[in-house]
Amino acid sequence: MRWRAVCRWEALCPELGAPVLVDGHLIALFRTQDGELYALGNVDPVSSASVMSRGIVGDRAGEPVVASPMHKQVFSLRSGRCLDLTHPELTLPTYAVRRQGDVVEIGLP
Amino acid sequence: MTRTLVVVGYGMVGHRFVTAFRARDHERRWRLIVLGEERHPAYDRVGLSSYLDGRGLADLCLDRGELAGDPAVDRRLGVAAVSIDRDARTVRTSTGAVVRYDALVLATGSRPFVPPVPGHDLPGCFAYRTVDDLDRIRAASAEARDGVVVGGGLLGLEAANALRLLGLRTQVVEMADWLMPLQVDEGGGRTLGRLVERLGLVVRTGNGTGAVEAGQDGRPRAVRLTDGTEIPADLVVFSAGIRARDELARAAGLPVGERGGVLVDETCRTEDPRVWAVGECAAVAGRTYGLVAPGYAMAETVVDRLLGGSAAFDGADPATKLKLLGVDVASFGDAHSATPGALDVVHANAASGTYTKLVLSDDARTLLGGVLVGDTRAYPTLRALLGRPLPASPEQVLAPAGGGGLSADAVPDEATVCSCHNVTKGDVTAAITQHGLTDVAGVKRCTLAGTGCGSCVPMLGGLLAGCGVEPDRALCEHFRHTRAELYEIVRATGITTFSELVRAHGTGRGCDICKPVVASILAGLAGGHVLSEDQAGLQDTNDRFLANIQRNGTYSVVPRIPGGEITPEKLITIGEVARDFGLYTKITGGQRIDLFGARVEQLPLIWRRLVDAGFESGHAYGKALRTVKSCVGTDWCRYGVGDSVAMAIRLELRYRGLRAPHKVKAGVSGCARECAEARSKDFGVIATEKGWNLYVGGNGGFTPRHAELLAADLDDRSLIALVDRFLMFYIRTADRLQRTAAWIEAMEGGLEHLRAVVVDDSLGIAEELEAAVERHVGGYADEWAGVLADPEKLARFVSFVNSPDVPDPTIRFTTERGQIRPSGPGGPVPLPLPAVRPEAVRA
Ligand code: SRM
Ligand SMILES: Cc1cc2nc3c(=O)[nH]c(=O)nc-3n(C[C@H](O)[C@H](O)[C@H](O)COP(=O)(O)OP(=O)(O)OC[C@H]3O[C@@H](n4cnc5c(N)ncnc54)[C@H](O)[C@@H]3O)c2cc1C
Ligand code: SF4
Ligand code: FES
Repeated sequence: MRWRAVCRWEALCPELGAPVLVDGHLIALFRTQDGELYALGNVDPVSSASVMSRGIVGDRAGEPVVASPMHKQVFSLRSGRCLDLTHPELTLPTYAVRRQGDVVEIGLP
Repeated sequence: MTRTLVVVGYGMVGHRFVTAFRARDHERRWRLIVLGEERHPAYDRVGLSSYLDGRGLADLCLDRGELAGDPAVDRRLGVAAVSIDRDARTVRTSTGAVVRYDALVLATGSRPFVPPVPGHDLPGCFAYRTVDDLDRIRAASAEARDGVVVGGGLLGLEAANALRLLGLRTQVVEMADWLMPLQVDEGGGRTLGRLVERLGLVVRTGNGTGAVEAGQDGRPRAVRLTDGTEIPADLVVFSAGIRARDELARAAGLPVGERGGVLVDETCRTEDPRVWAVGECAAVAGRTYGLVAPGYAMAETVVDRLLGGSAAFDGADPATKLKLLGVDVASFGDAHSATPGALDVVHANAASGTYTKLVLSDDARTLLGGVLVGDTRAYPTLRALLGRPLPASPEQVLAPAGGGGLSADAVPDEATVCSCHNVTKGDVTAAITQHGLTDVAGVKRCTLAGTGCGSCVPMLGGLLAGCGVEPDRALCEHFRHTRAELYEIVRATGITTFSELVRAHGTGRGCDICKPVVASILAGLAGGHVLSEDQAGLQDTNDRFLANIQRNGTYSVVPRIPGGEITPEKLITIGEVARDFGLYTKITGGQRIDLFGARVEQLPLIWRRLVDAGFESGHAYGKALRTVKSCVGTDWCRYGVGDSVAMAIRLELRYRGLRAPHKVKAGVSGCARECAEARSKDFGVIATEKGWNLYVGGNGGFTPRHAELLAADLDDRSLIALVDRFLMFYIRTADRLQRTAAWIEAMEGGLEHLRAVVVDDSLGIAEELEAAVERHVGGYADEWAGVLADPEKLARFVSFVNSPDVPDPTIRFTTERGQIRPSGPGGPVPLPLPAVRPEAVRA
């Protein structure tokens, strides 16, 4: 795993996704209210636009999720899977992410 | 070990097969090779006609690229299978490649049948099946005036409508004595014919096509009918039925059905255990199906079988419902009364153009089928009753208001209510009671009913009511309250953040439904900038970037132009900004100018220039006041009796930035000629000799409605007081995303009640409502100026937080008519459209 620093922990507002670019990967980085970090592909699979970081973060029955800002499909922050019954086949790639002191890092295999 | 599955044909059923297969084969036991003869990824053929009314191919696309990145799928487009060698278990393709299979699925669909009449192959004669066909028809239509469609069936009428929309004078030739002879009976077909002719198409029934006559240019000139008549035609579309594409199977020695089609058993397997066929090319137990729903059911059957299950295709009775050219037609079951002893009960009304027929068993009790033309509201219930005893007398069932006499209660438990997903009434009611479901969305989630063609959704509502469920007004899973209740909670408690509110009055961390609602409530009551750290994460993307997101992830910029009045200097600034940032520029329907194609990191730079030139946010992104449209009024117009421009500007500046349950639009006209279309707005003002008339509750959009007069002959001050009260009362009490029209319609007592509250102050809150607006006016500040002054907010306007200078590489443009437009992978997304197209269902 190669770890890359992408931003300061403080700069990441809770429930406000941030877009990052790591070795050509377009990644949406999220910090939830409870301090967990998640990283998913930033490209919305429905519209192919690079916008997932701009979606609203919340939960569905306790599962942390982000809703695509384009047409509202809801994706699990944990697994990247679309939780809408009508689009079960959609998934976003997930990335390793961790906090090292004041810095947030993304891990690529 | 990984086995190889070859799928031949990537149309609607092939696509469904591949996605369903991939969704279930998690362990990737199979590798899929998909051969598609068409160059396009799978698209919605059922919606093909909409390709001609401006929807692009991408809108029809079923394949949204989710397979492109799937390592288990090798999708080859523009590559046909040319032969099958069953002994070697290989398929040869049009590129010369040979692929080996462990299992082979044929999904080759069908081809249009073109009767071999003289001239059928002239340039200018077309079929109606593929996107490429439509491209050719469109290109030829530019030079054509008279169109003829051969075949008056379902597809023929669709093709005729398409030609009509392309501006051709169009005639439909049908051999049978009436239109849609396969689906509807004579009475229904004749009613349909009259309705279609009202729309300007010429229908010629009882007549075959003898020949297509060529003119000197070698293109069609006329169609000669079998009775000798010639009708002018420079473009001919054949839509005279379809034939299964079973040629690969035939050549490989596999049996085919009597009337064509790859012969398969009820598991959709051919005589060769490794070869399967699904969709229109398959003849299941000898029978082919020309509709997509049975094909989907076949696809699911084969997926299940290949993955070790025991599903079977249990036959499907084609039922059809369509609304084309604005004419509703439905037929189901034994529409032609073919059952021995069947009785018909017919209701026809020539004046209103409706025709209904029920086909009953010989004892007049069991419903065997039916035809509905002109009014199909009874269709979902009747379809569910097929093959069952009628719960009421046929007369009651056919009562006007489309089966109004018949409620969902009349349907027995075993009856299928959702044919798309094969869900019975019993399944739905069990889900409602077991899971305590309270709304249609819940039923959809639990049972999938209603998530296909949507035609059963009204019935689901009825079933909820039947289970004694009061419609649930809870906002979402996080709040049991309505928007109005939350508004009151925030007003009473003085809560200022979402976290506090959800902790005290809700559960969880919210979602894309409740967060924007709370954001809007807080914006009105707590104040502060909408992008403050507390509020930014609650905003929909448009509010979060104070701009409107576009299909490729760029944004549009709409500066406010109050009343539509603008100085030349400001126009020049907009032009310069658009030019310098290369933005697409368009005049909107709201009397202002929209600049499209800005990347997030450009938004602050653009707004810096606009704000410096005296512009401010136009809130095109917000559920807020949009525009107050005006006409020129007394200043210039020789008819004007009131200064509409001045009043429009005054109103727009007063209510700018006011957050509401939905967007709010207004208009002011200088006299009753109404050039500002004020009565199509949430509030509209029209000048009279004595002052102003105030109209409320109008809108365009999905369900247009004219505003109604609330008060007449008002002076300036009373006009503004009434608008203040009206808007603030709306903001406090409407549901989420409820425009003023729907709000007034849902209000107990309707307009009368509204007038009592707003004009007569029956609740004694008028002063308070006006004061709330006054506070808003006092606290107003331009949102964009606020962002430009705050480095922390500005920092969020980047494509990448770790590389702020790198633009988003997925955004690309091409040019059209001298301006940019999105191109590349930022593909468009179809919105769920209202069901205005034919749909097929299993009965
Ligand atoms: C730009 C514009 C079309 C144009 O080129 O003229 C437009 C564009 C959009 N309209 Fe509109 N509407 C525009 C005038 C209208 C009008 C005409 C008018 O305002 O006079 C209507 C019908 C009148 C009405 O609203 O009653 C209109 C009815 C809608 C609707 C349906 C509303 C309804 O209640 O049924 C939507 C969907 C919605 O709001 O949920 C919508 C939504 C949209 C959105 C915001 C869709 C979206 O979320 O991306 C479009 C994006 C705007 C953008 O990117 O800037 N737009 N839209 C017009 C902007 C006006 C402006 O200056 O602000
Ligand atoms: C205008 C129109 C309107 C319609 N309206 C309705 C409707 O309202 N309701 C309804 O239920 N149905 C409707 N249909 C029918 C519906 O589209 C079909 O039932 C459905 O598309 C069948 O799916 P399929 O996959 O079997 O065939 P298709 O969608 O035709 O797909 C077959 C694909 O296989 C390809 N193919 C053929 N041979 C080969 C080969 N040898 N190698 C590789 N590829 C090959 C073809 O090019 C094609 O792309 C309509 C059809 C049309 C044309
Ligand atoms: S509404 Fe009346 S005043 Fe306004 S432009 Fe039209 S005719 Fe003139
Ligand atoms: S969605 Fe229920 S019948 Fe189509």
